[in-house]
Amino acid sequence: MLIEAENLSKTYTLRKKTGRLKRERATVEAVRELNLSVAEGELLGYIGPNGAGKSTSIKMFTGILSPSGGTLRVAGLEPIRERKQLARRIGVVFGQRTTLWWDLPLRDSFALLHRMYAIPDARYAENLKRYVELLGLAELLDTPVRQLSLGQRMRGDLTAALLHDPSILYLDEPTIGLDVTSKMVVREFLAELNRERGTTIVLTTHDLDDIERLCRRVVVIDHGTVAYDGELSALRNRIAADRTLVVDLARPGPAVTVPGATVTRVDGPRQWLAFPAEANAAELISAVASRYELVDVSIREADIEDVVRELYSS
Amino acid sequence: MIVYALVARQTFRRYVTYRGAMLGGMAANTVFGGIKAFIVTAIWRHKTVIGGYDLRDVLTYTFVAQALIGPMSILTNNLDIPARIRSGDIGTDLFRPVDFQGYWLAQDFGRAGFAILGRSLVPFVAGALLFRVRVPTDPRVWAAFAGALALGMLVSFALRYLAAMSAFWLLDEKGVTGFMNMLTMFFGGLTVPLVLFPGWLGDVARALPWASVILVPVNVFLGKLSGAGLAGAYAFEAAWAAALLALGRLVTTRARRRAVVQGG
Repeated sequence: MLIEAENLSKTYTLRKKTGRLKRERATVEAVRELNLSVAEGELLGYIGPNGAGKSTSIKMFTGILSPSGGTLRVAGLEPIRERKQLARRIGVVFGQRTTLWWDLPLRDSFALLHRMYAIPDARYAENLKRYVELLGLAELLDTPVRQLSLGQRMRGDLTAALLHDPSILYLDEPTIGLDVTSKMVVREFLAELNRERGTTIVLTTHDLDDIERLCRRVVVIDHGTVAYDGELSALRNRIAADRTLVVDLARPGPAVTVPGATVTRVDGPRQWLAFPAEANAAELISAVASRYELVDVSIREADIEDVVRELYSS
Repeated sequence: MIVYALVARQTFRRYVTYRGAMLGGMAANTVFGGIKAFIVTAIWRHKTVIGGYDLRDVLTYTFVAQALIGPMSILTNNLDIPARIRSGDIGTDLFRPVDFQGYWLAQDFGRAGFAILGRSLVPFVAGALLFRVRVPTDPRVWAAFAGALALGMLVSFALRYLAAMSAFWLLDEKGVTGFMNMLTMFFGGLTVPLVLFPGWLGDVARALPWASVILVPVNVFLGKLSGAGLAGAYAFEAAWAAALLALGRLVTTRARRRAVVQGG
C-alpha cells in the first residue's frame, strides 16, 4: 500500500472573541477517523464538497500538516517525521496556485528543482525532454511564469511535479479554469502517466468529467470522513442523481405536466424539470414539445456536488 | 549546499528584474546620508572626539550605515513569509525537500547581494566624494569588512525571520515586523550613531545583536579592529547569529506543528 491512513484525524482549535476580553475556544474537526488505503498504480478520484476535509487530509498526506490522531504512512514513511524523504517521493500540483517561481523563466524553475530534489543529471535531462515534448513546452521554457497563460502554467506545474519521478502525484483541481482543449491535454497526459509509468495519482476535483474520464475508483469525503469508497459506476447507480432539463416555453405559464419528470423551478417562461439519469432525454423533450410550444432546451448533468448532496440526503 | 547557492542566485536575478524600486531606495539613502552628514558635522564641531570617533570616523559611519540599509534590510522586513502564509503558497515551501529556514536565508542572501551592488555603492561613493570619509586602502581591511558584513547579514536575517514567522500565529504580523524594524533602526544606530548613546545605554546597545548590523562592520571598516579585537568582534556576531538562528529553528518546528495553511 502506498497510502495507508487509519483513523486519521485533524482537529483545529480556534479562539473566538466572545466579549471584550473573553475568548472561547472552539474545536473544529476537519478530518475525523478517516480510513483509506491506496495501492500502487491506482488513479483515485478524491472528491467531496468544499470544506469536507479533502485539502486538510491531502496536506497531511504530503507532510505539510501534522495529524492530531490516528496513524498515517505514505510510501512507507511517516509524513511529518520523514518529511524530506517523503518530499522526494511525491509530486503536488495545485490548480489554483503555482508551485513554480513566479518571476523565473520555466527553465530556471526546473533547474532549481533539479538541485532541490537532487535528481541525477541524466535522469533530469531525460525527464525534462520527455515532459517538454509531451506537454508542448519547448517554446515556453524562457518565459517567466507570470507571463504564462493558465493552461501553459498548468503544463509547467505538471512537469515541475514530475521531474523527480515521484511515486505519488497529488492533483488538486488541475483543470480548474482551463478551456476544453487544455483540459483534454491534461487528462490525456495524466491517463498516460498512470498507464505507462505506473504513477499513483490522487485527483481532487469538482469536475465530474475529470473523474469519469480518468478514475475507476472514487473516494467521497464528507464531514471529514470517507462517505463512499468504490467504483464510480456503482456510486452513480446507487445515487441515481437526477438530470435537469431546462425548457424555454413560448409563453409563461403554470408548471408543465409530463410523465417521468417533475418541475423543480419556474421562472417566467423558463422551467426546470428533474428526470432520472437513466431516462431517455430525447423522449422527454418530445413529450414536452408535443404538449407545449417549445422555444429552447438545455440539459444539465448531475455534477459531483449533486451526487454528494444526494448521497447525504438519502 | 549547491541548492542554497542556486536559490540565492535566482533571488538575485529576480531582484534584477524589479530594479525600479531599487533606484528610489538608492536615491533616498544618498540624500538622507547627506542630511545626516551635516548634522554630525554640527555635533562634532565643539568636540574633536566623541566615543572614540573623530569627525572623519563618524562621517564614514554615516555613509557606510546608509549603504547598509539595503543589504541589512534595516527599514523593512523584506521576507515574503507572511504574504505566502496569507495566500497559502507557504504550503509549497513546506513540502520541498529543503530546510525551510535555510531556504529563506538563501533567498535573503540573494536579495542582499543585489542590494550591495544596487543600493550600497552609490550612497557611499557620493558620500566619499562630497565629504571627508575614510576609505580603507589595505585589502586586508576590506576582506575583514566582508567577513563582518556576512556575519551581520546573518544576524539581521535571523531577527527579521523571527518577526516574519509570527505570521503563523497572528493574522496580521505588521505590528511585530514594524516593531522589529524600529528596534533595528534604533539599536542598530541608524538614526543616531551608537557612539553618541550615553553611558549605560551605549553599553547595552553595544551588547545587543543589533550592534552587528552597522557598528561592528563600520569599526572593522575604519580599521579600529584587528587581530584579537577582530576575532572578538567576529565571535560576538557569530554568537548572536547562532543563538537567534537556533531560536528561529525552534519557532519553525512549532509553526509546523500548529500551521493552519490558509486556503483550499
